[in-house]
Amino acid sequence: MSAIDITGVSKRYGTTAVLHEITLAVAAGEFAVLVGPSGCGKSTLLRMIAGLEEVSAGQIRIGGRLVNDLPPKARDIAMVFQSYALYPHMSVADNMAYSLRLRRTSKPGVETAINAAAVKLGLGSLLERKPGALSGGQRQRVAMGRAIVRRPKAFLFDEPLSNLDARLREHMRAEIKKLHRELGATSIYVTHDQIEAMTLADRIVAMNGGHVQQVGSPLELYDRPANLFVAGFIGSPAMNMFPALFSHCQGRPTLVHAGFALALDHDPALAEGAALTVGIRPEHILLGAGPLQGVVDLVEPTGLGTIAHLTLAGTALRAFTLARPPLTIGACVAVDMPACRLHLFDADGDRVDR
Amino acid sequence: MGTGHDQSETEPEVRAVRRRLASSAEPYLYSAPALILIVAVMLVPLSVGLSYAFRDIQLLDPFSGGFVGFDHFRELKADHSFRAALLNTVVWTGASVALQFIFGLILALLLNREFPGRRLVQALVFLPWAVPTFLVGLDWAWLFNPVVGPLPGWLFTLKITHDTNNLLADPATALIGPIVGAIWWGIPFFAITILAALQSIPKDLYEAASIDGAGAFKQFRSITLPLLAPTIVITILLRTVWVANFADLIVVMTNGGPADSTQTVASYIFTTAFRRLDFGYASTIAAVLLMLLFVYALAILSLRRLLVQRQS
Amino acid sequence: MTIDMLRRIFYWSAHYLLLGLYVLFALFPLFWLIKVALTPNDLLYSEGIRLWPSRTSLEHFRFVLTHSEFPLFFRNSLIVSSTTAVTVALISSACGYSLSRFSFRGKPLLVALMLTTQMFPLVMLVAPMFRLLAPLGLTNSLTGLVIVYSAFNAPFATLLMQSFFDAIPKELEEAALIDGATRFGAFRRIILPLTLPGIAATGGFVFTAAWSELLFALMLNSSSQASTFPVGLLSFVSKFSVDFGQMMAAGVLALIPACLFFVLIQRYLVRGLTAGAVKG
Repeated sequence: MSAIDITGVSKRYGTTAVLHEITLAVAAGEFAVLVGPSGCGKSTLLRMIAGLEEVSAGQIRIGGRLVNDLPPKARDIAMVFQSYALYPHMSVADNMAYSLRLRRTSKPGVETAINAAAVKLGLGSLLERKPGALSGGQRQRVAMGRAIVRRPKAFLFDEPLSNLDARLREHMRAEIKKLHRELGATSIYVTHDQIEAMTLADRIVAMNGGHVQQVGSPLELYDRPANLFVAGFIGSPAMNMFPALFSHCQGRPTLVHAGFALALDHDPALAEGAALTVGIRPEHILLGAGPLQGVVDLVEPTGLGTIAHLTLAGTALRAFTLARPPLTIGACVAVDMPACRLHLFDADGDRVDR
Repeated sequence: MGTGHDQSETEPEVRAVRRRLASSAEPYLYSAPALILIVAVMLVPLSVGLSYAFRDIQLLDPFSGGFVGFDHFRELKADHSFRAALLNTVVWTGASVALQFIFGLILALLLNREFPGRRLVQALVFLPWAVPTFLVGLDWAWLFNPVVGPLPGWLFTLKITHDTNNLLADPATALIGPIVGAIWWGIPFFAITILAALQSIPKDLYEAASIDGAGAFKQFRSITLPLLAPTIVITILLRTVWVANFADLIVVMTNGGPADSTQTVASYIFTTAFRRLDFGYASTIAAVLLMLLFVYALAILSLRRLLVQRQS
Repeated sequence: MTIDMLRRIFYWSAHYLLLGLYVLFALFPLFWLIKVALTPNDLLYSEGIRLWPSRTSLEHFRFVLTHSEFPLFFRNSLIVSSTTAVTVALISSACGYSLSRFSFRGKPLLVALMLTTQMFPLVMLVAPMFRLLAPLGLTNSLTGLVIVYSAFNAPFATLLMQSFFDAIPKELEEAALIDGATRFGAFRRIILPLTLPGIAATGGFVFTAAWSELLFALMLNSSSQASTFPVGLLSFVSKFSVDFGQMMAAGVLALIPACLFFVLIQRYLVRGLTAGAVKG
């Protein structure tokens, strides 16, 4: 297993820049997830690591070795595609054996490797079938099997679960995580689904518009998002955001909103009247007791809990609670937004630290 | 980052350059065999052939070959046979392509539905394409011949003709013969191409339309035709050009006669070259034909671009 | 019976009726060919218009097979057409692949070139080509014909193959590249096997086209050693100016491979052309 180092990597198509000087270090054995909306550049970055796209500027090193000009086959990496890209005219066993045969591995060597991977992924009974005769989940496992037999320096995943239905996706997520624990392989995983990112990653790389927005462990990004993008992207239902002005009211640091004021529990060093965006996660809004009054617009029971859509002094908010409070549409409800749960972002969208 | 890479700085550079050269040369390497063959075998003779238009090349006259400039072109301008041939070409090309298209379209529509025996019917109905064109010509000439062919008798019985004379012997009707032969031979081409295009139209469009209340004819007009339009235009363009250049049927069936009534530009080139053995003049006519077709192609392509623009 | 049922019966009757007419139209001339080939010489003109002769005979076929040079012509045609089909299949696969997968500067020019060559009046090329090929010893030779036919058919075959390749997702090659293959290895082992129906269709198309070519076979060959069957058929016209029976017999014999071939591949042709339009 090797570390992957990306230094100042940029990508341009003609005059359009798609990636801007990305610098990232993935430790050996780490599971890093590149997450972001469509078009943020995560797939392009992955493909550059794989050698399927040219690097416009910067350096990519795998295991300390500069790979910018190496073809994919010389980089010793394996990739799982979104569409699986299984060879339709070959059996499952042949699909998995293809790369080994290219390296002139001995027949018994090939057999052992295929059987080991088949056992790990539960493919034993499918070895002679062709991809056309497999279900989506089975094909996905074959794609992973094809990657595993290689024993590569790193694994690259390009949105492998996007084509599966929700139930299967949950199952495969767990499978991938278990596999990673067993193999200890350096992995870079690209997805637009933040739940996949949260559950699978050792570290998440949140990307938007060709820039890295934040790098950190899942809980770091959840608890302390570095900017508005990460705050709004991670966590479901999404974080509530509304504008407010910072002021000292009666000597205490306060957030002043059009309809209400929130007292802070600490004093950030901000100018008087500074314009801020305040964020609070739906699960941190308390219902039933509190200084604020909200009107219930919509109630969505999810079984696990309840999502309540409220209007609070003209601002639409969503609250999430594990309980099942008796809420009726149009009724008033007491709302509390604890100061310790508030996230502050300045006019540029960056986090204001406590 | 990384020590010890300084000494080998040039090596990865060299490797980078070499790799970039290799990857940009790749497409050309794959295309090379086809390209070389086409250039050598078609373009070179073409340029030589075009040059003949400006020279006097009489095959039986060993002293010919001199440069005559635009003499041939001047001769062409005054040539009545050429003008007649031009008119015939328009009729010949227009009728053949239009009828091939219409009948091919109907056939494609018929074949677009599943029905028992479809594969067999499809194979049978595409068979004419496999017949060599001069055999097509001979076969149909034979069919139109009142002595040995059934058609004159049938046409007379059906009151379509006044007598049982050979259509091909009458200057007024002679062109019909090659046209029918061309239609017989050409329907499969259109049918295959249109059928392929029809099958690529997603079925949900039709389903949505029938939910919206559109009948079969309306669906054809508002879904099938517009989506088919780009394919149709290109196919018609290719076929028109090809049919205009096509001399085999005419030469075999009527040899341009009777009285030059079936002489098209293409067959005129053929007779000038291989009967009169005047290659210089023949090349001139061919050059003019090529130019006309070129202009026609450009016109169709601009029309297509207009259609596509208007669609979006 | 409801209106719907009536409408359906009417529709399908019309459908089958029209198809029947098409099949009749397509097959009747071929039937006539066979009929003439089976009519003995003495009945050829007297029973010319009858749908089927009162007496059939295989005398024409026998004559063609034993007393003419036709078997030689047939053999030549077979060699030339198959070699051309294989050659064109190879080079147009490679060229079609590059047009499908790469975007390079010369591409629009290449495509324009291919389309323009389709517009030539081929008659013009006969004399110059003779002049060019004669000193190379390629006239009166099957090799010369193969080269010429390959060049004529390459453009259309390339465009056909391009549409077949377009139907295969690029990820397959990428997976192969990552697995350790070179681009050419991926092309050979992964992509080509998947386009086998397309290659078969293109090959069949080229075979049929080469099989029926008359003009250049006639002009580039003066001896009968290297003549193909179209030339042979024409020789019947001059040798036996009224022996249509033999000519039709020879024609029927020559048609058999072409028709067989075409019947086999026409299904792939439609499927392949459709596949190009619908990308997965």
